[in-house]
Amino acid sequence: MPTPILEIDGLSKQFTLHDQGQCIPSCEQVALEVYRGELTALVGPTGAGKSSVLKAIYRTYLPSSGRILYRDAEDRITDLAQASEHRILELRRREIGFVTQFLHCLPRKSALEVVAEPLLRRGGNREAAAEQASELLSLLNVPERLWQVSPATFSGGEKQRVNLARGLIARPRLLLLDEPTASLDPATTDRVVELLQAIKGEGVAMLAIFHHPQLVERLAEQVVTLQPPRPTPAMLEAHTS
Amino acid sequence: MKRILEVRGLSKIHGHGCPRCIDSTGPEVDSNICPHCGAVVAAHDISFDLHEGEILGIMGESGSGKSTLVKTLFFDETPTVGEVLFFDGERQWDLFALNAAEQRWLRNHRFGMVYQNPHLGLNFKVSAGGNIAERLLMSDLSHYGEIRERARQLLARTEVLPERMDESPKQFSGGMQQRVQIAKALATQPPLLFLDEVTTGLDLSVQARILDLILEIQQELGTAMIVVTHDLGVIRLLTGRTIVMKYGRVIESGLTDQILEDPQHAYTQRLVASAL
Amino acid sequence: MNPGYELPLDEAAYSFGFLDEYAKREVRRTILKAICIPGYQTPYASREMPMGRGFGTGGLQVTLSLVGPGDTVKVIDQGADDSVNAVNLRKFIELTCPKVDTTEHTRDASLIQSRHRVPEMPLTEAQVLVLQVPYPDPLVVVEPSEARRKVMHGEGDYSRLLTKLYEDIVQFDEITISHRYPTRINGHYVIDPSPIPRYDVPRLHHCPALILLGAGREKKIYAVPPYTRAEPLVFDDVPFRTEDFRDAQGQRRACARCGTRDSFLDELIDDDGNKLWQCSDSDYCNSQLASGQDSTREVAQ
Repeated sequence: MPTPILEIDGLSKQFTLHDQGQCIPSCEQVALEVYRGELTALVGPTGAGKSSVLKAIYRTYLPSSGRILYRDAEDRITDLAQASEHRILELRRREIGFVTQFLHCLPRKSALEVVAEPLLRRGGNREAAAEQASELLSLLNVPERLWQVSPATFSGGEKQRVNLARGLIARPRLLLLDEPTASLDPATTDRVVELLQAIKGEGVAMLAIFHHPQLVERLAEQVVTLQPPRPTPAMLEAHTS
Repeated sequence: MKRILEVRGLSKIHGHGCPRCIDSTGPEVDSNICPHCGAVVAAHDISFDLHEGEILGIMGESGSGKSTLVKTLFFDETPTVGEVLFFDGERQWDLFALNAAEQRWLRNHRFGMVYQNPHLGLNFKVSAGGNIAERLLMSDLSHYGEIRERARQLLARTEVLPERMDESPKQFSGGMQQRVQIAKALATQPPLLFLDEVTTGLDLSVQARILDLILEIQQELGTAMIVVTHDLGVIRLLTGRTIVMKYGRVIESGLTDQILEDPQHAYTQRLVASAL
Repeated sequence: MNPGYELPLDEAAYSFGFLDEYAKREVRRTILKAICIPGYQTPYASREMPMGRGFGTGGLQVTLSLVGPGDTVKVIDQGADDSVNAVNLRKFIELTCPKVDTTEHTRDASLIQSRHRVPEMPLTEAQVLVLQVPYPDPLVVVEPSEARRKVMHGEGDYSRLLTKLYEDIVQFDEITISHRYPTRINGHYVIDPSPIPRYDVPRLHHCPALILLGAGREKKIYAVPPYTRAEPLVFDDVPFRTEDFRDAQGQRRACARCGTRDSFLDELIDDDGNKLWQCSDSDYCNSQLASGQDSTREVAQ
């Protein structure tokens, strides 16, 4: 029985909005496991908190309760829900990648620079990083004439491909994917599937949300279904007060 | 990543203070002025760590104590109580246990500061190159040709035309003055840089290019930075971690994306909501 | 003050050397401290003198506190013994210091009070040179606050002064300070060596004589003790240069009067409007004339 790289247990997240006096539950009692070289897919209706789970793992959201145990390259276990900010930043830099639907980037950086950046942040060589970035961009069908242009002007599909390339370039050990193919044409989607299969073969563990059930079928070794959380007593209280 | 700075229980009270100062001020009472003695609690019990090459943001409105904090770390102000350790290679410095000469040495050699007001960071009576020369001369470089060459390189790196190095910064635009300040701060290749509202009051396009420059420098040199600002955009762009201050207290701290997307404190939620 | 202490009065009911004994003791203590901390501007209670501040009262107080019977004093102003300031100060010393001789010869003097020059003739261990100082602090040009200047001196922080020199080279290709050249004493304190020309600055370095600098208006005394390093502030690659008195052909000018080519020269204009150059140090000029080294005035002209 292989040991999971990521093991989540009893994860819940509520948002407390002070000014509105509200407490909004986002996900509840989530438990899942992710293994090396495998893809675990999160499925469930809108509002089930799929994205919240990914953000809680990446610590963009502060988990309200539960454990997120991550086993790092040195076989040490870190509870991402409790770990220090510096530890999280280190893991983000070295081991955990996140590809979202949206690309936040500066209008003053070229696509090539945006993609190469995670490598540079690790202290990589500028030229080697640029070379790897161009490889990935061509693999993902991003036309070469766009490489020196800022992705801020790109179409949704092009942006998403740049985003994917940026997420994949540093070869994280754990990759979080939030609808990475939402606005891609079928041909490019196939390219992405191939690419994800390939890195899976390299041992990368993935936790993903796909908008197409088909993609789940093609890529996922495991499927975890989330249900929208029931309104909590705290929330009701807030409403009645 | 190694720690470069360890701040523990740092406080600054302007005025004599009284035993009730701390309890009678802070975000809960919406004031940093003690109603009993009139002392100003500019900062109270600030603690945090900074790692090598990291950019930490300190966010808050005016009067929150964020500038007091960096000015204290740069020895512009003396703290009332608190301890700060600075780790520099093999050496460890207890900042407020040092004598004035040692503090000055650290300030000149190992720290850099960029002020919001260029008048504080630059001497307008001497040329842009002279300003950089002054910092190099402080660090005991005494070869005119070398000083000039270093100043030229630094100005070129911060995108100030070397042809203008012998002009007074008085004749420069606001953005250009900040570039000269950055060049001056970097002259001794300090491992730690303080940036106090460096883009406030500049045109948006100029702001953006200065912020780009700061990021590039951080990536090239691995300089650790503390960035003080009230601007969420600056925080988002530059920093990995953020401390939120109000009336002299830290009310929240965390990863920058978490502070912006999942703020915990009511004040931070309001701050983030008002910016979006 | 010690109430049991009585002032020793001389027969004329006047203190020797005009100053009362308390004042002299205080000045001497200040001098001792100044010698112990070479280049440090030691504050003292500068007394009112029967002449205006700015006429050498600082130097005079040092001189009057040091001279005693058997001393020989020489007073010069810009190198000359016969200019008004020098003559008046000399007369005052003669008047108030019985049994103190005065002289115009550098060689014969045990104490030389000078304004703006160091004598041409090398000084000896037996001599004391007192320089009159108008502005004692070289940092005053870069820092208006005395409190902050004191800290800068204490920490040996002269970067802003050096920046001034840097700016000079940038603007004029050389350091343009002609007088009062900032000079570092014994590797730490930088002094204003009083308005002596650059030509005289190297003479302070390892000088066998004790050099005392007194500022009356600014109430400071500082010292370059015998055989002490006195180094002008410079950059490694921009050496310190003194006035070289070369003419258009690159020839070292000679004194129009004595013909010597190794002294500091004053530029004069004669009745016909012609420029000519003459020794600034009148005693040196006279002694050169007397020793028959007169290599004809025509050469100079």
